[in-house]
Amino acid sequence: MNNNDEIMIRAEALTKKYGEFTAVDGINFSVKKGESFGLLGPNGAGKSTTMRMIAAVSKRSGGELTILGKDPDRDGPDIRAHLGVVPQTDNLDTEIKVKDNLYVYGRYFGLPGKFLREKSRDLLEFAQLTEKADAKVDTLSGGMKRRLTIARALINEPDILLLDEPTTGLDPQARHILWDRLFRLKEEGVTQVITTHYMDEAEQLCDRLIVIDQGKIMAEGSPAELIQRYSSREVAELRFGSDRNATAADKLADLGDRMEILPDRILIYADNGEAVLEAVASRGFKPLTSLVRRSSLEDVFLRLTGRSLVE
Amino acid sequence: MSEAKRNIPPRYRGPFSHIFSGRAHTVVLRSLYALKTSAWYIVLSGFFEPLFYLLAFGLGVGKLIDGVTGPAGQPIAYAAFIAPALLATSAMNGAFYDSTWNVYFKMRFARLYEGMLATSLGPMDVALGEIVYALLRGLVYSTGFLIVMYAMGLVLSPWGFLAVPAALVIAFGFSACGMAVTSYLKNFQEMDWLNFVMLPMFLFSATLYPITVYPPAIQLLVKALPLWHGVELIRHLTIGPPGMAVLGHLAYYAVMIAVGLTFTTRRLTKLFMS
Ligand SMILES: Nc1ncnc2c1ncn2[C@@H]1O[C@H](COP(=O)(O)OP(=O)(O)O)[C@@H](O)[C@H]1O
Ligand SMILES: [Mg+2]
Repeated sequence: MNNNDEIMIRAEALTKKYGEFTAVDGINFSVKKGESFGLLGPNGAGKSTTMRMIAAVSKRSGGELTILGKDPDRDGPDIRAHLGVVPQTDNLDTEIKVKDNLYVYGRYFGLPGKFLREKSRDLLEFAQLTEKADAKVDTLSGGMKRRLTIARALINEPDILLLDEPTTGLDPQARHILWDRLFRLKEEGVTQVITTHYMDEAEQLCDRLIVIDQGKIMAEGSPAELIQRYSSREVAELRFGSDRNATAADKLADLGDRMEILPDRILIYADNGEAVLEAVASRGFKPLTSLVRRSSLEDVFLRLTGRSLVE
Repeated sequence: MSEAKRNIPPRYRGPFSHIFSGRAHTVVLRSLYALKTSAWYIVLSGFFEPLFYLLAFGLGVGKLIDGVTGPAGQPIAYAAFIAPALLATSAMNGAFYDSTWNVYFKMRFARLYEGMLATSLGPMDVALGEIVYALLRGLVYSTGFLIVMYAMGLVLSPWGFLAVPAALVIAFGFSACGMAVTSYLKNFQEMDWLNFVMLPMFLFSATLYPITVYPPAIQLLVKALPLWHGVELIRHLTIGPPGMAVLGHLAYYAVMIAVGLTFTTRRLTKLFMS
């Protein structure tokens, strides 16, 4: 099959209100087949709310939403039959064994037992949980539970996999194992929608993403495009001590393309960060610490909203 | 990964298909898997509790009592009088416990229903599946109890065997309503109120003595209670003779079932799918 432009999800002016409060405020996006699409934004941005609407378990308050060509208001169960959902908080079945979590979940989709037995074995292997097949869910570590949740989401061979903050709360090693698994799925052509408030995760996993804040889309593009559009190639980070950052910033404002003053440091955006450091030194300023790094999505977010992603 | 592309069998397409996919049986299956890991003494206690009541009151207290009569005014042993009431009560208790405490836990803490409703199951599948499982338990308990009644010679009517399906109807009514009420409760204190209602209902629904001991006004009140209808229903079947009153009691439960299912489904939709 070679219809990679096939649209899997289309949202137009998609809105969700809780009473008077607007959690998702008229957002537009579409997700193509095989794509890894990201929703990057801070806590409370409306990412989970958007995910739940896509998962056809939360009714939209306004706008249009089409998933696999269907309207979730009308065809909820039919849409959900083709989705794999990894919610922000694990909801594994703690009263049954690890392997039964996969088998029984598959039965909810109406899948036959014979298919499911083989499929759960494969998925346990994929999730590196084969040894834990007969264990109780409560005995698994956080990373294992997350992998089991992902395996469970794959039991119906979904056309779209929805991952809401897949690695939040995991230690670095567990995160890398998980990223590796998700990358494998991407190679197999599974369409993924991923929310995260970690810019490194978005950079690792997403082909294309929207940056959202307070229910609105601030920007859209591939990680590289966004960085190119909204930031410079490099960033010089300078710390003068919290009481002296502001005065130093005044005198350095003309350096680089742009400057951000944070409570604990000054960021100067420029194509050549080392040149900025040299200029700072030649003006007689001696920062306590300084470093040069490449621009990241964090800088994009800062530029767009004036705030950090992770507070 | 396996090459076999999954083949989702066609699902139910009739009325309510946006909240029902015809797979309530998979929710029952899940409970059977969970049963494998649960404590057997809790499961068995549901069977022995009414049995202990029967022995203590029927055989013990019963020795001191005579002059009890059946639905047609025929004189019967005290044990034969309370046994059907205990059967009805155990059907009620089993179903109610399952659909209140167990459901509350799954709904508020285990997020079990959230997981189920992310699949192609609808809220009505979940509600029905949970209730049917509670009924299966009720079926096992009431069959066991009826066998004991036969063995003790307490089944006086040839229609006695119908007490098992009747107990299921009672259990269905109580679990549908229990689940509906539970879905509105917000904490354990509110859950405790349920016990506050159930125990007096057991004591005052003409279970251990005839309703005629009450003054007429109180009798009307008792006749409004769901357990009284269950008790009378089973008495008509195990003591006999089963009259038209049986239909009235069944109708009472039909309403309980319909109301309970409607509110449960509506509430699950609101809680997990809005
Ligand atoms: N069920 C709800 N009722 C009321 N407000 C809600 C509900 N769910 C989420 N919100 C609010 O909507 C906003 C977006 O929440 P959410 O989508 O969970 O954000 P994110 O996943 O990006 O952290 C938050 O301000 C949150 O408090
Ligand atoms: Mg969230």
